[in-house]
Amino acid sequence: MIGIYLIGTLIISSLLVVNRNRRVNYLLVGLFTVLQWILTLYEYNHLNKEELGYFIPDSLAILFLFALSVIIIPVFYHSFIYFKHSRDIPREQGVYFAAMIVLMASLSAAYLASHLGVSWVFIELTTLSASALIYHRRNLRSLEGTWKYIFVCSISITLVFIGILFLTLALQEEGLKNLSYHALVNKAPLLNVFWLKLSFLFILTGLTAKAGLVPMYTAGIDAKDKAPSPAGAVFASALMNMGFIAIYRFYEIISYTSIYAWSNKIILISGGLSVFVATVYMLRVKNFKRLLAYSGVYHIGLAVTGLASGGVGRYAAILHLILHTFTKSALFFQVGPVYRIFKSKNIYDMGNYFKYNLSGTLVLLVAFFTITAMPPTGMFVSEFMIFRSLFDSGNWGMLAGLLILLTLIIYAFGKNIFKILFTSPAGFNESEIPKIPVIESVPEFILLGLVMYLGIYPPAVFVNLINNAISLLP
Amino acid sequence: MGMQNRLYGYISILSFQGILLFGVAFIELIEIKPLNLVFVLFETIVFKTIAIPVFLNYVIKRNNITREAEPFLPNFFSVVIITAIILGSFLLSNTIHDTHLGKIFFVVALSALFTGLFIITTRRKIITHVIGFLVIENGVFVLSLAVGSTMPMMVNSGILIDIFASVFLLGIFANKIGDVLKEQDVDHLRQLKD
Repeated sequence: MIGIYLIGTLIISSLLVVNRNRRVNYLLVGLFTVLQWILTLYEYNHLNKEELGYFIPDSLAILFLFALSVIIIPVFYHSFIYFKHSRDIPREQGVYFAAMIVLMASLSAAYLASHLGVSWVFIELTTLSASALIYHRRNLRSLEGTWKYIFVCSISITLVFIGILFLTLALQEEGLKNLSYHALVNKAPLLNVFWLKLSFLFILTGLTAKAGLVPMYTAGIDAKDKAPSPAGAVFASALMNMGFIAIYRFYEIISYTSIYAWSNKIILISGGLSVFVATVYMLRVKNFKRLLAYSGVYHIGLAVTGLASGGVGRYAAILHLILHTFTKSALFFQVGPVYRIFKSKNIYDMGNYFKYNLSGTLVLLVAFFTITAMPPTGMFVSEFMIFRSLFDSGNWGMLAGLLILLTLIIYAFGKNIFKILFTSPAGFNESEIPKIPVIESVPEFILLGLVMYLGIYPPAVFVNLINNAISLLP
Repeated sequence: MGMQNRLYGYISILSFQGILLFGVAFIELIEIKPLNLVFVLFETIVFKTIAIPVFLNYVIKRNNITREAEPFLPNFFSVVIITAIILGSFLLSNTIHDTHLGKIFFVVALSALFTGLFIITTRRKIITHVIGFLVIENGVFVLSLAVGSTMPMMVNSGILIDIFASVFLLGIFANKIGDVLKEQDVDHLRQLKD
């Protein structure tokens, strides 16, 4: 099925590039959505069955594949709205949708890949398609964002390759040649520790560019800022999940070796620093999209912290990222209407959103409570479990630091969101405000409702999938 | 490379590295399949030694880039730091006890990697960033040679990413950035910040 899916994607995206008719564009995008859902359901029904030698749909992949397939529909819907309100050049529109489809296909394939080399190839493919999306507006600033993104990602992908080379050195000691995750997990205790350590450092550093962790998080921030908001939603959710999955799969290998405790420390440092950096920037940033992007750095940092502290934290990390996928993309979708009303991304130019777009206000308000993990919302559950796992594993200093930073983040986020919603903007011309139809906010409400449902009252299938996903860790 | 001030100097060094890699690859990989060997040698001699330097020269001429490399640091410090990088790699390699890897590969690869990163961070022009990236790629190539005789697949994929990323970066550089920016300074790419 994955073969058919990849070939279908290739055909659809090349048709999108050459096609100039808008109706046909819509049709092709719809076709891809159907294809994506067929793949998701097919893989779910063929759990843990190998395909083409390089893909295994295990529980972890299925979970994130479902999350991607859910946000795919609102992403396309909001892309159409975006094009309705911006200058409409058919060629650029075609390239945008083609790049988006290639991005989603390579994300799905990277989720499902069961071989280190194959996931590396698809990670590289996401860089390519993402850079086409960032360059969509074709001005100086988007060029800057694109160049930085490509450059940082090229370096990080090289670092991952160096890591893979070190891993092959570790393998050669045992005369092995197979780089599939399954084989590596089985042989993990035999590997040379020195090479494995180097390999872990290089691969982790390289993958942080995609996951959005310290040290390579910078490129992702510019990317989410400069890309159109529906593309930003994918970067801030599904793309970061891909980085997390790649780190997770390598972490699984490490967990069977003697450097397990050491690797936990490294991940804790990276996660803690990410939260710290996110806090510092969120306190001073004035661009709404960058604020959301830094909030993503905070959440992924928290998730890997939970993963590294073990116990219930592993379950919470995966749950947290899935809930984050829905919440963060809902927030990014709302950036579109906000930008249409205020013609600016700067929070200083915004205000009184309550008066201009009631449904959008409700989305922002509910999403704000969800993303800051206020008690009745879904993300509170996962965040609470992460803090509990830190408590259980005895990382007291880390726990205290994170709680202080979390308070600052809630303050920074709240200050800006309430400024947008309630205080009146300076020098704003009220006469030409476009009317935002209520229907545009409906997908966001559904996503936020899903977060509530999955967090508070998770269905048994969902819980089983997460438990299966973490069952490989010792 | 640390004390080189002119861009053409950088490019001739890159081309010289290509020749060296050709020699090393020839000696190291002589046992693998002839077709594969030809591919590797072709890549080093044609792509690394000739095509990239020629293309870089073309880019410099076409975009009227001034010939100074404009480092942030004085050349003296650059030399000191690069020497320290090489020494550090030697010291690190002394801690390895491994029969499968020639230490010399490890030293060369690591020092090329860090020298490349150093060049990227301390030079002002965007084109020197690309050159730094190419130095890193050369380091990766040396490292892949170390495992190459038993796993030629790694050398091939290393070469593919090398060609791919270099062409991609240089292509964007030549076509887009060159057209938009008149003076190609990193200072022009400083608008995205907080």
